[in-house]
Amino acid sequence: MRVMAAEGSSGARRARPKLVAVPTDTHTDDTHTDDLGPGDGNPGAGRQGGARAGGDPLAHPGVSDAGRLSDVDEWGRSQHMRDILAKLYDPIYDSWFRVEWEGFDKIPREGGALIVANHAGAIPADAPSVMHGIERELHRPVYGLADEVFKKMPVVNLAWSRLGGVQAHPDNAYRLLREQQQLVMVFPEGAKGPGKPYSERYRLRRFGRGGFVQIAMRAGVPIVPLAIVGNEETMPIVAKVPALAKLLGLPYAPITANMFLGPLGALVPFPAKMRIRVLDPIVLDVLPDQPRYSRSRIMDTSEDIRHAIQEELYDMLRRRRSVWFG
Amino acid sequence: MGRRVLVTGLGSFWGGRVAQALERDPGVDVIIGLDTSEPTVELDRTEYVRTDESYSILSRIVRATQVDTIVHTFLVVDSSLMSSRRMHEINVIGTMNLFAAASQPESKVRNVVVKSSTLVYGSTYADPVWFSEDSRRSAVPRHGVERSLLEVEGYVRDYDSDNPDVAVSLLRFSNVLGADIVTPLTRALDLPLVPAVFGFDPRLQFVHESDVVRAMMFVLEHDLAGTYNVAGEGLLPWSEVTAMCGKRSAPLPPVGRGLVGALLTRVGIDMPPELIDLLTYGRGIDNRRLKQAGFEYCCTSAGAVAAFAEASRLRGAIGAESTYRYERDVEQFFRHSPAVIRDQPR
Repeated sequence: MRVMAAEGSSGARRARPKLVAVPTDTHTDDTHTDDLGPGDGNPGAGRQGGARAGGDPLAHPGVSDAGRLSDVDEWGRSQHMRDILAKLYDPIYDSWFRVEWEGFDKIPREGGALIVANHAGAIPADAPSVMHGIERELHRPVYGLADEVFKKMPVVNLAWSRLGGVQAHPDNAYRLLREQQQLVMVFPEGAKGPGKPYSERYRLRRFGRGGFVQIAMRAGVPIVPLAIVGNEETMPIVAKVPALAKLLGLPYAPITANMFLGPLGALVPFPAKMRIRVLDPIVLDVLPDQPRYSRSRIMDTSEDIRHAIQEELYDMLRRRRSVWFG
Repeated sequence: MGRRVLVTGLGSFWGGRVAQALERDPGVDVIIGLDTSEPTVELDRTEYVRTDESYSILSRIVRATQVDTIVHTFLVVDSSLMSSRRMHEINVIGTMNLFAAASQPESKVRNVVVKSSTLVYGSTYADPVWFSEDSRRSAVPRHGVERSLLEVEGYVRDYDSDNPDVAVSLLRFSNVLGADIVTPLTRALDLPLVPAVFGFDPRLQFVHESDVVRAMMFVLEHDLAGTYNVAGEGLLPWSEVTAMCGKRSAPLPPVGRGLVGALLTRVGIDMPPELIDLLTYGRGIDNRRLKQAGFEYCCTSAGAVAAFAEASRLRGAIGAESTYRYERDVEQFFRHSPAVIRDQPR
């Protein structure tokens, strides 16, 4: 699309960009945002600057900018809130889950990267642990992509957003990774990971439709896979109540083993030892900013990553002597 | 020969402002303003023509005045002002007649600027944080004003593709704030307790009222065609906006908020459904395309809120200022009487 400023010459042919509609088609039923469905076009490319502003037709008013009252950024994240949470979460991270990392150095200290991991536990403790661990060591924010259902829930959406959660939309992921070179975490299994019963623990679900690979390709950032052990045992799901889930609009409504320990058990996870292994970052050998990528390439890469995490989980489980002590 | 401009909605806030800006432009020879009601701002050389809402006399005016530029500001984006039927009549039928008049064979129209709104993107839980000009809506439009503006944009696009040598620019403006403009949002901020939806703190984007007029003048001046978002830099949480205005908020229940909005509207507090959506999910607007074309904003989002807050404090102290009143006979005298000596240096 070109934007041209033909000054004065009303007869001259102008390069005319097409007017764009706002299409009104909705997501289809099986479009989960964790799939990060195919993004269309690239918002940043192909624009050409026209003429600079000449004399302003109106004088500037007195107010230009004013001091902000909060530090909430464009994504809704607040460093202040993050710092408060860090103080609260530190003891949980160090003493309850006793999180241990292997290969932490593989997480890039600068530049964008897409962190993908397996996802488990009825209320997954992996997201806060990964975000907390990386932010504490590297002092750089981690944005976590979450399903759109969270954005519908009062309080939850607000807390999640202030603490670095972002709606898992391809446009959001692209802007974070490509334009702002941030660290972004996504669980490609989506809600299917934490929603699986305990009997199927550590068996990875389908990695959506490989949307995370496509995003990394478009953004030209490496994918850093993590294998996380211990999460499945923090809040095992023994049964599910689909009718309740439907009623509340949740992805799943579990009955967890924790609930048998009393009312608090619904929220308090078991103190399983959590180990996080960082796999070698995968640099995708494609040009960024392409409108489309080969579907087979996307699915193959996605399956390779899923397979690598799965193998690594088996290896870690082979070495694990105790659920509680690692 | 300078431009001959037709401004629709002269009596509206924006029409009047645009006409004033055009009057200051020496490159503009003739300004004709259409509206159903009289202008509310002081105008020097703009000719006011009273029409009906759907602009049925437009083709005659376009033929008779040979305008080369149309600035279409008369689109209703505040659904609390009127019934949806009347809004449809003004927005959709008015735009249809306008473009019908502008596309007659003898029409000299070369530039069209349409003032639309970012309401066309909607506001739902599935939205991206930023909407660019090419973003898709996440859900089908549910509210009358959104549907009506989308229909209007359809006519604009049709006209654009039928008339390849007319530069058509479609500007989508974000929530406007400033010293004078009154919208459902400013009315909400002027309440003693500002409504908010419990458990939600959406991020909103604002544009200063003077940037709205400047943007329209900018696209005219530079013959920019295409669709452009107009929104100040930065997203602000609603709680912060409320705090900047020195107000406290009153939480509305997150469930059944549409019903609560309807009840509030019934008791005189305007809460149109699209405002409730906005206060739940917010809306971010990617403003980079217009900036890349060279436009410079005078205000960020926070600046626009601050300007509104200052004006609101002033109003609180001295009351609303007296408004201009259009006196038809006086205007006629100054414009057309041979007794008035025009072209004198001021």
